[in-house]
Amino acid sequence: LFFSYFKELVGKEVTVELKNDLAIRGTLHSVDQYLNIKLENTRVVDQDKYPHMLSVRNCFIRGSVVRYVLLPQDGVDIDILHDATRREARGG
Amino acid sequence: MASAEEEIAVKEPLDLIRLSLDERIYVKLRSDRELRGKLHAYDQHLNMILGDVEEVVTTVEIDDETYEEIVRVSSFAFFSNS
Repeated sequence: LFFSYFKELVGKEVTVELKNDLAIRGTLHSVDQYLNIKLENTRVVDQDKYPHMLSVRNCFIRGSVVRYVLLPQDGVDIDILHDATRREARGG
Repeated sequence: MASAEEEIAVKEPLDLIRLSLDERIYVKLRSDRELRGKLHAYDQHLNMILGDVEEVVTTVEIDDETYEEIVRVSSFAFFSNS
């Protein structure tokens, strides 16, 4: 369910917060079944605190290190999400 | 208690969560974090999409012998995902 949800978000701008508190903002380029994320035009949210990625513009983020993905305000139709979840969650 | 309506039978915890879809819920995370928000979607891994969410991080500051608990509240406008 979330894999297809992220595929719908490709091209949108998101902020990925990692488990080490690093927050990276960028355009969602691609995603895979493990929810690994490729971002383009990346910039670190709090630049002064995390200087080691100043020159990075595109990055691959392993899905297991993601804590949150902050979605755009006009993310996706909420009703579609609800229906898809109901269908997915049924049957364990 | 055999019910012909298998589709809406609540059998396991995930089904219970299904009843909370589109409601405000409270999620407790690792590292003393809590989230409150509207549950929009979830899956069997408990990945979730929460809307209008507020994150509360609790940290402890110790001043010599006094034990102080400090609560930091940060707010993300609308959707968030774990």
